[in-house]
Amino acid sequence: MGMFDPLKGFGVTFATMFKKVVTEQYPEDFYPSAPRWHGRHQLNRHPDGLEKCVGCELCAWACPADAIFVEGADNTEEERYSPGERYGFDYQINYLRCIGCGLCIEACPTRSLTMVNFYELADDDRRKLIYTKEDLMAPLLPGMEEPPHPMRLGENEQDYYVQGPELARGRGVPEGETVETSKEEAIQ
Amino acid sequence: MTIAPENTETEVPEGHVKLVVDGEEVIAPEGELLIRTAERLGTVIPRFCDHPLLDPAGACRQCLVEVEMNGRPMPKPQASCTMTVADGMVVKTQKSSRVAEKAQEGVMELLLINHPLDCPICDKGGECPLQNQAMAHGRSTSRFVDTKRTFPKPISISTQVLLDRERCVLCQRCTRFSDQIAGDPFIDLLERGVHQQIGTAETADIHNSASHTSSGTPFQSYFSGNTIQICPVGALTSAAYRFRSRPFDLVSSPSVCEHCSSGCALRTDFRRGKVMRRLAGDDPDVNEEWSCDKGRFAFRYAAAKDRIRKPMVRDESGELVEASWTEALRRAADALVAARESNGAGVLTGGRLTVEDAYAYTKFARITLRSNDIDFRARPHSAEELDFLASSVVGTTPEHVSYASLEKASAVLCVAFEPEDESPIVFLRLRKAARDKGTKVFHIGQWTTSSVRKTFGELLACEPGGEAAAVDGIAEHAKDLDAALSSDDAVVLVGDRAAEVPGLFGAVTRLAERTGTRVAWVPRRAGERGALEAGAVPTLLPGGAPVSDASARATLETSWGLDSGTMPAEPGRDTAAMLAAAASGELDALVVGGVDPDDLPDPAAAREALANVGFVLSLEMRPSAVTEHADVVLPIAPVDEKTGTFLDWEGRVRPFSITLEGTGALPDCRVLDTLAVEMDADLFTQTAQAAWSDFSRSRVVSAHQGSNPDQHSRPAASTPDTPDGTVRLATWRQLIDNGSLQVEEPHLAGTARDAVLRMSAATAERHGVTRGERATISTERGALTLPVEFTDLPDDVVWAPARSPESIRSVLGAGHGASVALSGGAR
Repeated sequence: MGMFDPLKGFGVTFATMFKKVVTEQYPEDFYPSAPRWHGRHQLNRHPDGLEKCVGCELCAWACPADAIFVEGADNTEEERYSPGERYGFDYQINYLRCIGCGLCIEACPTRSLTMVNFYELADDDRRKLIYTKEDLMAPLLPGMEEPPHPMRLGENEQDYYVQGPELARGRGVPEGETVETSKEEAIQ
Repeated sequence: MTIAPENTETEVPEGHVKLVVDGEEVIAPEGELLIRTAERLGTVIPRFCDHPLLDPAGACRQCLVEVEMNGRPMPKPQASCTMTVADGMVVKTQKSSRVAEKAQEGVMELLLINHPLDCPICDKGGECPLQNQAMAHGRSTSRFVDTKRTFPKPISISTQVLLDRERCVLCQRCTRFSDQIAGDPFIDLLERGVHQQIGTAETADIHNSASHTSSGTPFQSYFSGNTIQICPVGALTSAAYRFRSRPFDLVSSPSVCEHCSSGCALRTDFRRGKVMRRLAGDDPDVNEEWSCDKGRFAFRYAAAKDRIRKPMVRDESGELVEASWTEALRRAADALVAARESNGAGVLTGGRLTVEDAYAYTKFARITLRSNDIDFRARPHSAEELDFLASSVVGTTPEHVSYASLEKASAVLCVAFEPEDESPIVFLRLRKAARDKGTKVFHIGQWTTSSVRKTFGELLACEPGGEAAAVDGIAEHAKDLDAALSSDDAVVLVGDRAAEVPGLFGAVTRLAERTGTRVAWVPRRAGERGALEAGAVPTLLPGGAPVSDASARATLETSWGLDSGTMPAEPGRDTAAMLAAAASGELDALVVGGVDPDDLPDPAAAREALANVGFVLSLEMRPSAVTEHADVVLPIAPVDEKTGTFLDWEGRVRPFSITLEGTGALPDCRVLDTLAVEMDADLFTQTAQAAWSDFSRSRVVSAHQGSNPDQHSRPAASTPDTPDGTVRLATWRQLIDNGSLQVEEPHLAGTARDAVLRMSAATAERHGVTRGERATISTERGALTLPVEFTDLPDDVVWAPARSPESIRSVLGAGHGASVALSGGAR
């Protein structure tokens, strides 16, 4: 051991005083995550506000942690939640179990389930961490209408799916807004 | 040393052939289909239309294999589901032949051309043969780029079966099932070419298929649910199960049907403590792979909102209020002890109990209430019936008469028994026997019912009530039937309606003695056969020994650990006598299981008895006409929530174990055991297992079984004349009606047969009834008005369903064979 070695340690400390601080003051300062961060899930809507989820349970099937519970139900002409025959009647994600792997969003056949960047998924009550459909549904953008309601875009299903986003502009959905994800701020 | 070369030639047994499958030599029975031979070797050839219980069709072409005969390869791949094995055949499946593999891939690609990408919203997704086989044997991409053919999305072909024609691969399993097995060809292939589709007469107009245009018959079959189960794609789906869950959510548990005495094996699928669906189980000895719609769809009664889950006692104001088990049991025990010490208490168990539960009732009556007043028959009954059951039914096993013996029989005679309505699987087996083996089926009834037609049967028409005379007249008037019944393998099936016809059991016994034919009794309810065996009747002990037999009583006293001489020696009262005694005050209390007064011979008298008797203890699942009058109601478990055993009509033991655990519901045997403890007796029936082992240990088999001198001397009663202006009523219950286990099933109820009043045209004319109008049958007690349909009934006889919509016995106070007034013109 050399005679200056004990002082070297102080040298490190002293040098660090003039470097940029890496510590994040988390609760006070809120930093956005990386754009593709696997955060909370979101159930998206069609441009007229109908749900994209068809209750197929493929997300639940894909989930390695068994964190998702889905039950489908039948759309009727009077009470329509999604285009087509079937909609997700009950949708729950248990964030105590979710490992954020994203297999569920890969499994989703309608791009209904996506993940947003929101990561504050902690609580002191287990029950509050089981998110239900109301918690997970994407917010209504301008021009969207809360289901149940009939399919509003175009004359037939072909129009609805193929030209839906364009037809939605006419209903006041803002330009440049994707249909799959709403703005992050809307949630936070 | 030289070793003789081993003889590698394998012997081909008689009736077998030798062929080569995928390079492997195999010996197969003559007539076996190639697809099965390959399956025995462990090679699964993909298939859709092939089903082992249906005739081969070769409709889907998915099972193509390469075949070589006599060294010459066939020019094209052959369908292995229609080709039978032959000697010297060389077969190459997809395993060893690229040609077969490519052919299968091609067929799969063709089948998928018009198949929509519905998997995420399709109920079959996850258990779909098309999905699975497309993954295993299909190409990874499709070359089809054009627009798929579309049809309007699901159309309902009955209230419980939905048809999605886009998904259909035209395998014709459903149409073949309906035509061959069920005999209800309401569903068939329509149109041609790309428009070819499955449909009913209602959907036949494809250009306007959303609306039901023509007035054809919908898919109204008691067996339509089977088509949903065997559909290899999601084309036929169940309206009740629509979008409820996915196969991976479900826990499947084998179970036994509680509805009729057929004893079907079922598979109950549940999710999160709730039964989602039931499917037919696979039991070749009993139901093969089929079940009736009632067994498949009627299970929601157990999850009904009004289910009784806590004990209830009647308070001072006369209201039933929830109480603790301790309080309710105390109240019941005190009242029953008091009744026992004065006039006694009677036990009506109802016909839906498991053997264990029925046995607990038996012990409860005999040990705790010290009485033989117990009867399981919650329907019209007679002393004659009881004698017949004691002499010819109790203790019989499938060795006597079974489903297999029906199939082997040269002739079957159904007496006062409507197989399709009363025991649908017996009906399917009779149809199979008649269709495949040429069994002659004879029916002694009133009209050419669908059972008669579909079993290719012969009707021996008689007046309602005249069945006994008809059976006695066989020797004289139906010589061919008499000869047919004299053969070794003939069988006579008697339904429980026979109890309503005086002298019929005597006539059947005489017939059996004369011709040597075997007689089997087919009750309507699942628990009746088991309750009889368990001794839940006034004259028999568990196992079938008569109550009056002192040595049998002594044996039972020993095995039950009772003091000698404590068992009551007097035969007890039957259901009707118990109710009469209760009404007149000769009985102080009634213990009632699952009994609906509307099924009893005199519903009005039964209600009066329940209202007048000092104390009523009801063991029930849901509020009923009995709980209305009950002083204490104890909740009991439905079959899903308990373990138990049914005996089917053959006497076959059908054990099942609990499906939904942890619901806290207790079976009857446990409730009675605890109640008995409150009354200072031990029944040893805490669990179904304990009750079963106690039952097996204690049954006392009758020494006199098989002979009953009383029966022979009973003459067939001549039918009394019908007074002027009246007609004779024939009636029985239809399979799907307003029974108490069919509540909360709107989809099932929609497939019930129409409630109509049937009569011949001559009868109608005589009584001023016109076709298409409604007519009224009445007694001094009430009247029932139904639409009229003309049928081949004997003159001055009308037929009406017994409980759809209303109970005939409740409204008219009359049953099968009674005289009723008929008038037309009512609206």
